[in-house]
Amino acid sequence: MSGELLAFYVLAGAAVAGALCVVLPPFGRNPLHAALALLATLAFVAGVFVILSAHLVAVLQVLVYVGAVMVLFTFVVLLLNLRREEFIGARVTPWKVGAVAAAAVFAVKTARAVVAAATGARAADLAAPGLETYGGIRDVGRELVTTYLFPFELTSILLLVAILGAVLIARRREGGAP
Amino acid sequence: MVKGQVATLLYVIVFAPLAGAVVNGLFSRWLSRRFVSAAGVGAPFLSFAAALYSFVGLMGLRGQEPEFTAVSTTLFSWISTGPISIDFSLYLDPLSMVMTLVVTGVGSLIHLYSVGYMHGDPSYARYFSHLNLFMFSMLLLVLGRSLLLLFVGWEGVGLCSYLLIGFWFSDMDKAIAGKKAFIVNRIGDFGFLLGMFVLLFWMGGTLDIPALRDAVTSPDSRIASMTGAVTVVTLCLFVGATGKSAQIPLYVWLPDAMAGPTPVSALIHAATMVTAGVYMIARLNFLFVLAPVTMAVVAGVGALTALFAASIGLAQNDIKKVLAYSTVSQLGYMFLGVGMGAFGAGIFHLMTHAFFKACLFLGAGSVIHAMHGEQDIQKMGGLARSMPITRATFLISCLAIAGVPGLSGFFSKDEILYGAFVLRHGSGAVAPWLGKLYFALALAAALMTATYMFRLYFLTFSGEMRSHDAHPHESPATMTIPLILLAAGAIAAGWVGLPDEKWNLFHHYLEPVFAWSGERIVSTGNHALEFTLMGLSSVVALTGIGLAWLMYRGAWRDEPERIARALPRLYRAVFNKYYVDELYAFLFVRPLQRLSRWSFRWVDAGLVDGVLVNGSARSVRGVGLLTRMMVNGDVQAYAVAVFVGLAVLVWWMF
Amino acid sequence: MTSIPLSHVLVLALALFTIGAVGVMTRRNLLVVLMSIELMLNGANVAFLGFARWHGDSLAHAAVFIVMAVAAAEVSVGLALAMALFRHGRTVDVDRSTRLKG
Repeated sequence: MSGELLAFYVLAGAAVAGALCVVLPPFGRNPLHAALALLATLAFVAGVFVILSAHLVAVLQVLVYVGAVMVLFTFVVLLLNLRREEFIGARVTPWKVGAVAAAAVFAVKTARAVVAAATGARAADLAAPGLETYGGIRDVGRELVTTYLFPFELTSILLLVAILGAVLIARRREGGAP
Repeated sequence: MVKGQVATLLYVIVFAPLAGAVVNGLFSRWLSRRFVSAAGVGAPFLSFAAALYSFVGLMGLRGQEPEFTAVSTTLFSWISTGPISIDFSLYLDPLSMVMTLVVTGVGSLIHLYSVGYMHGDPSYARYFSHLNLFMFSMLLLVLGRSLLLLFVGWEGVGLCSYLLIGFWFSDMDKAIAGKKAFIVNRIGDFGFLLGMFVLLFWMGGTLDIPALRDAVTSPDSRIASMTGAVTVVTLCLFVGATGKSAQIPLYVWLPDAMAGPTPVSALIHAATMVTAGVYMIARLNFLFVLAPVTMAVVAGVGALTALFAASIGLAQNDIKKVLAYSTVSQLGYMFLGVGMGAFGAGIFHLMTHAFFKACLFLGAGSVIHAMHGEQDIQKMGGLARSMPITRATFLISCLAIAGVPGLSGFFSKDEILYGAFVLRHGSGAVAPWLGKLYFALALAAALMTATYMFRLYFLTFSGEMRSHDAHPHESPATMTIPLILLAAGAIAAGWVGLPDEKWNLFHHYLEPVFAWSGERIVSTGNHALEFTLMGLSSVVALTGIGLAWLMYRGAWRDEPERIARALPRLYRAVFNKYYVDELYAFLFVRPLQRLSRWSFRWVDAGLVDGVLVNGSARSVRGVGLLTRMMVNGDVQAYAVAVFVGLAVLVWWMF
Repeated sequence: MTSIPLSHVLVLALALFTIGAVGVMTRRNLLVVLMSIELMLNGANVAFLGFARWHGDSLAHAAVFIVMAVAAAEVSVGLALAMALFRHGRTVDVDRSTRLKG
């Protein structure tokens, strides 16, 4: 087993464990703990991205998620300063049972199908000619301003709207109305 | 040439009243009262003129065409489905000619009379619209070539009768009387319908009357041999006739029908509509004559009704009720006539009765008009002085209905009595003594008729006024002119049917219609017997009048009281019309009401409303409540729904 | 050079996605729900990049870039909503925020 493969499994296992920590009650009961678990998960996923030769995306993952998004999360969690008792008395409702069952069915079925389909498939080889720059800023940047130019520009509009919307929604109403 | 003209005129005869009804019924809001009167009265007069022209024109043809004189015209093909084909055709033969003349003639006079009688009514236009619609339906009944078209008219007159009896519908009793007439008639109509179905589907017959007649009278007729089926058909049709013509057991609606305006009683419940049953039997004489049992039943019901209704008439105090029972009784005579096979006599009596009974009713209307709505004859009296014209015409009609020699009723009633005495069905299926029994019943009824009519006359017109706050006056000319004309008819109408082979013009005229049936009726009479019976019935009539005079004007003035006291039970029974209404209420009406209430509560309220109507609403609401649980505002529930869908999709795909 | 089996990458993506979905469906704290959505998006990104590597084509990286932008926008709006919700009812419990109940 090569070092790369080993690193992948370690990072993947850590990411899944972190994800479970976000979702499962003992950790997630306190949103701050959940936020920290998410932070770790996203970092591990960034590592996975590196192993998948997606260097630019890995950097962006760290910058955008681990940096901006998680700061925002933590900020809000602390701002709201939720008391623990607000979320005690978690109930097991039929909805949740159904949700977990559906998730299990989905995961198992899809995993089996994916494994069955991808086993024995040709492996990726980045050593092939012309792929030295794979995942770098030059390549991805070119794609963004050529093939994906329109979605790229749309994204900027989306972000603008999101900023405006967030400001509008989070703003305290004048006159003290609810 | 003439026939072509008449064929066109048939449309005028039938549709002129319909036009009047439409104009007055739909556009009266924009019409002046004068125009309403002109249209309402003009339409039947136009019909009458056309009928008269047709009559004269066809009479002119009689010399040239010794054969059957009939005119037929088809407006359109009405029902055409497989083996059944029924046209909207009108058919004018001597029988329907007589009926048309009677209906339009008497009807026109009554329309004219109505102008005076109804002058202050707020629903003046509605009244004329209904009356014209009645004329249209009646003429359709008379002139319809097919039995089905006849039935359309039959139902139409029933509807108009209902509308006009309940004309003053804001009075609950009157509305109920209209309903009663309609429902009782429906029972009879069911019989009529059944008869038509049997005729059409069992006997493979046709409903076209002339075609049916040809099928029956042809030498190798199949129908003529089906005595049982013919008996069923004719009995069913007769049930219809008892409803429309107020015979036992369905006569109960007619006395109540007096709730309508008096001209309506004169037109519908005396002169025209109630004779429809007699007309129908005469129309289908060739069929009835094949069923001796039915004939005997018809005659028997007629004789019984004549006697029964006359006896009730003896004790009634409402001027219109007396006339109503008198009408029932006289219709019994007509049925006796046609039942014995004296079809011509039955129709003859129908015609004379139309004159004198219409005159009597209109006279009664005039009296009621003068008395400001009072109808109790015990509160009248002495009206002869203040209403000379009404009194004279009323007296003439009373004499006519009583059967005083020389007046119309005498000839026609006598012919029926004579027929009952001497005629036998040719098949010999009916016992010979039955006719004699009917004769006896009818003679007794004749005595009573004379008595109650003159009781009515004396109580109303002679003696002293028994009411203090009445100031009677003679009616206006629009009311007295019809009275005079009808009284003239009551005198003269009998002379067309003199009791002599040679001079009985009426029978000669109707000969073609009844000839075939006449061959199947055996007569054992002769001239001497006929004149003897005439004498007998004259004596009976005069006796009846004499009795009435003695009891209400002469020496026996206390007798009615004494009889009533001596036989209290009998008097009460007669006064209360033998409790027939109560009996029907007990036997039919109340069980039906209970059944209706039950079905209302359980079938309608329970099943239809509860399960079907509200049940479907409830189930929709239930589904709504269920689905509302999904739309509970819980975003996560929606997410679960989406994800479950995804899981199902994955499960299905892999 | 040994390469990572594509199926393993995809299983990782699947695991992240499913865990995130379960979180979205079961957690009551709106903030944790938003975090779970981030997990799901990351699962999708992993799958994108796994396939990209397998194809040796970096086109999908651009897609991931856009997904990230969308996620950032979503988080900012979502957190704003959470704050508004909290101000409104002193809670971010989605079970109790059923004002839109039909």
